[in-house]
Amino acid sequence: MSSSHLKIAVSKEDHFQGPDNAPLVLVEYGDYQCPHCGHAYPIVKRLQKALGDQLKFVFRNFPLSEIHQDALNAAKVAEAAASQGKFWEMHDMLFEKQLHLDVESLGNYAEKLGLDVEALNEAVGKASVENRVETDFEGGVRSGVNGTPTFFVNGVRYDGDWEYAPFLSALKEVLGKV
Amino acid sequence: MAMLKEGTKAPDFSLPSTPDQKVSLSEFRGKNVVLVFYPADWSPVCGDQLALYNEVLPMIKKHNAEVIGLSVDGIWCHLEFTKERKYRFPILSDFEPKGATAKLYGAYRDHEGTSERALYVIDKDGIIRWSYLSPVGVNPGADGILDALEKINK
Repeated sequence: MSSSHLKIAVSKEDHFQGPDNAPLVLVEYGDYQCPHCGHAYPIVKRLQKALGDQLKFVFRNFPLSEIHQDALNAAKVAEAAASQGKFWEMHDMLFEKQLHLDVESLGNYAEKLGLDVEALNEAVGKASVENRVETDFEGGVRSGVNGTPTFFVNGVRYDGDWEYAPFLSALKEVLGKV
Repeated sequence: MAMLKEGTKAPDFSLPSTPDQKVSLSEFRGKNVVLVFYPADWSPVCGDQLALYNEVLPMIKKHNAEVIGLSVDGIWCHLEFTKERKYRFPILSDFEPKGATAKLYGAYRDHEGTSERALYVIDKDGIIRWSYLSPVGVNPGADGILDALEKINK
């Protein structure tokens, strides 16, 4: 608890951006409907830009479905979009439009991204997609995720300030020790 | 105030969960119990902590365990809090005499007059198997609870 470490190692199964062997690995456990995650979304983008090839970013699902009624479905839609090679496009779309995550809006986003909507809907209903989200969530809980967003930097939970400037300097500090 | 030690018997208590209903720890014999002492309804960290347990409840129940929340807030406050946040576990009112159960468990803050943010995992025979005292402002998460339950069921 006090020294929370990522229990599920980053693997090929994860959705990631940046080089596979980057010295810094940032894992976010997030919820598409969580306003704090929405706030973190552009910050992560800026961090990626600033750190370039030194950063690998992984997103895992942690939908708080009891308080965010559309979060679980949104997570499944992003996972389903992955089967058409558009996980990140959907991930970005969902955070940019996080105030509108009802089923109809999700369909519109899928169309906008040029996805096969019928295939997407079919995938959303698949047990494999549901399991994927559940596995992310359970792994997060076991790793000490206590809310969203929760970040891990090179496997250690980051409890510091995640506004851009302090987060960037914390990441640079870790980078200096790698 | 020191928390109770692992291996000791969990003191029984009987506290209101609604205006006309009481819940006793002894009713849960045969099940593992997670006791969640928290300082106050409505304070943001508590909400997050209990909201997390609400989400994690299916994982906890897989270990033949139930969650019980406790704070010194009055029962009407708890009712509204539970309704608004849709908690699916009982939240007991340790209100009169104030904090008596928190004191029994070494989880009372004299200065503030509230309970600590403290966790206990009690096994099906009523023995304390794990405890954790969290800094008041920090959400302790659920990993310690699940690790403890896993160990009990091994």
